[in-house]
Amino acid sequence: MAERIIELRDITKSYGQVYALGGVNLSVDRGEVVGLIGDNGAGKSTLIKILSGVVRPTTGDILVRDKPVSGWSAARSRDAGIETVFQDRALAVQQTIVRNIFMGRELTGFMGWLKVNKEIEEASRLMREIGFTSKVFTPHSIVGQLSGGERQGVAIARAIYKQAELIILDEPTTALSLTETAKVFHFVRQVRASGRSILFIGHNIHHVFDIADRFVVLDRGKVALTADRSAVKSAEELINFMEDVAHPGGLPGLREAGEAEQQAR
Amino acid sequence: MEPDLESPLRPHAGSARQEWKHPSDHWLRGFVLDNRASLGTLAVFIVMMAVFMVANPTVFTTWYLYSSVLTTLPVALFVVVPLVFVVTCGEIDLSFPATMGFAAWVFALVVQAGYDPFLGIAAALVTGMLLGFLVGSLVVYGGLSSLIATLGMNFLLRGLIQIINEGKSMSLTSLSNSWAYKIFSSQIYGVPVQIFWAIAFVVLSAMLYNRHRFGAQVRVVGDNPDSAQQMGIDVKRVRVKVFVFVGIGAAIAGTFSVMINFTWWPTAGDGYLLPVLASVFVGGTPTWGGIGTVVGGAIGAVTVSFIQTGVVAAGLSGFYVQFFNGLIIILSLLGHKWNQARYR
Repeated sequence: MAERIIELRDITKSYGQVYALGGVNLSVDRGEVVGLIGDNGAGKSTLIKILSGVVRPTTGDILVRDKPVSGWSAARSRDAGIETVFQDRALAVQQTIVRNIFMGRELTGFMGWLKVNKEIEEASRLMREIGFTSKVFTPHSIVGQLSGGERQGVAIARAIYKQAELIILDEPTTALSLTETAKVFHFVRQVRASGRSILFIGHNIHHVFDIADRFVVLDRGKVALTADRSAVKSAEELINFMEDVAHPGGLPGLREAGEAEQQAR
Repeated sequence: MEPDLESPLRPHAGSARQEWKHPSDHWLRGFVLDNRASLGTLAVFIVMMAVFMVANPTVFTTWYLYSSVLTTLPVALFVVVPLVFVVTCGEIDLSFPATMGFAAWVFALVVQAGYDPFLGIAAALVTGMLLGFLVGSLVVYGGLSSLIATLGMNFLLRGLIQIINEGKSMSLTSLSNSWAYKIFSSQIYGVPVQIFWAIAFVVLSAMLYNRHRFGAQVRVVGDNPDSAQQMGIDVKRVRVKVFVFVGIGAAIAGTFSVMINFTWWPTAGDGYLLPVLASVFVGGTPTWGGIGTVVGGAIGAVTVSFIQTGVVAAGLSGFYVQFFNGLIIILSLLGHKWNQARYR
């Protein structure tokens, strides 16, 4: 069995009276691409924030490589090899590409002085690696001057630096052109081929269906379905299932799998 | 476009450099683009001096005028520079005049008690750091608006000084024989020594701003605190650190102001509030945070210091000083607005 990178057990998160997550179990193994889908308000963003350490769960356990962790934080999440490409890309737009790639883990030498040349070299290498190079910008370019796709490239370059074990892509194809989307897909396959894992969150179920090995459907703060790629015949089936969950009384098929999931808990 | 890394036509070594070739890679153009704000400030300064020069050539070619500006300018520089960090970080600190007065007071007390002035400087620095930490913690951990909270702290600390001293100043004539005075505040060939210390401070701080983890994190936090948080930067700690830095700068400035005059006044530092703040923005650091220029701020301080001396020396009455102060500030801001775009 593949090594388990991270596991969430019975995670709940409440904001005052409102439950964003009501007992979610989720795990990601080495080398798999997990597609996380769900309607607006299903709790996807909260789940990502918990995985990336920005938000702490109200209750529940987080296990990194089967070991429970305490004091979960953004820095701890990164130390555990989890990198997140946030939907808003979390870029500092007035700074250079280099400064964004090394945000929070500046390459420093003696007494905290930056290794400027090393940073530029590494930034150039990363940008080339993911194929987001262009002749019009340099590692010194200000991120605010870049297009949406190029900004996504910077965010992804930041995530693959340091050989992260798990990369979380939050709606990475939103607002991207077709070629840019293709680049993101190419990148995801590349990462999987190198034995690392990806958690791919998407609104566009066709995109998620094309790329994921396993699907997790989130609905109103709970996991409604976990299904392997082989168990799902088409993207339409997934869409139907999601509609069915939202408006019960619909189609059979995956419905039974979903019910089995409910009973298991 | 996928880069063709295996192309045999291109020598492998150095190909990375070539791929990134860009018009602004030309060193001069790159330099101008990177230092737009500070070069703009320098241009304002040069134009202003040229106008003064034309208005009264005899006065503006005598060394005495420059020497007198160079005596007091360093005090301003020691606080302008840390304030560039604070503004870049998206905060403001109006409590530095009181910190200056407070740290200088500690320095004066130590010297008056008969201890070596070096010990006094150390005590002043510790005081400045503590006060900076206090103000910073109040703003950051207390979740207060830095504009109002630091204004309050300025009154509070100044009030404390006034209550305890009841308005009495301290004269420190023994200072003139001390080594500390010779090293920090005497003259070499008519040039006040403190300007060299101030320049060293500006250069070191500019490196800290551009080439150190501290400066990098200050800029990122000011630019997008949420991203910084998501990327694991301790945003609150970075914010407290900039206030501590202002405390250190204010302590050095306060100590220098005492050494220049051999006297400590309970109002020491008060007159610096507005000129120093103006210098930061005249220097080209925008108000919205994320970017700024230390060297520009320093040039801004030079500009602001010369306005007062210059207006009077040019033959205008002292009544014109405030008018020209305002004129230069407004013109600089307009210039910077045109000069730099804000990215969102």
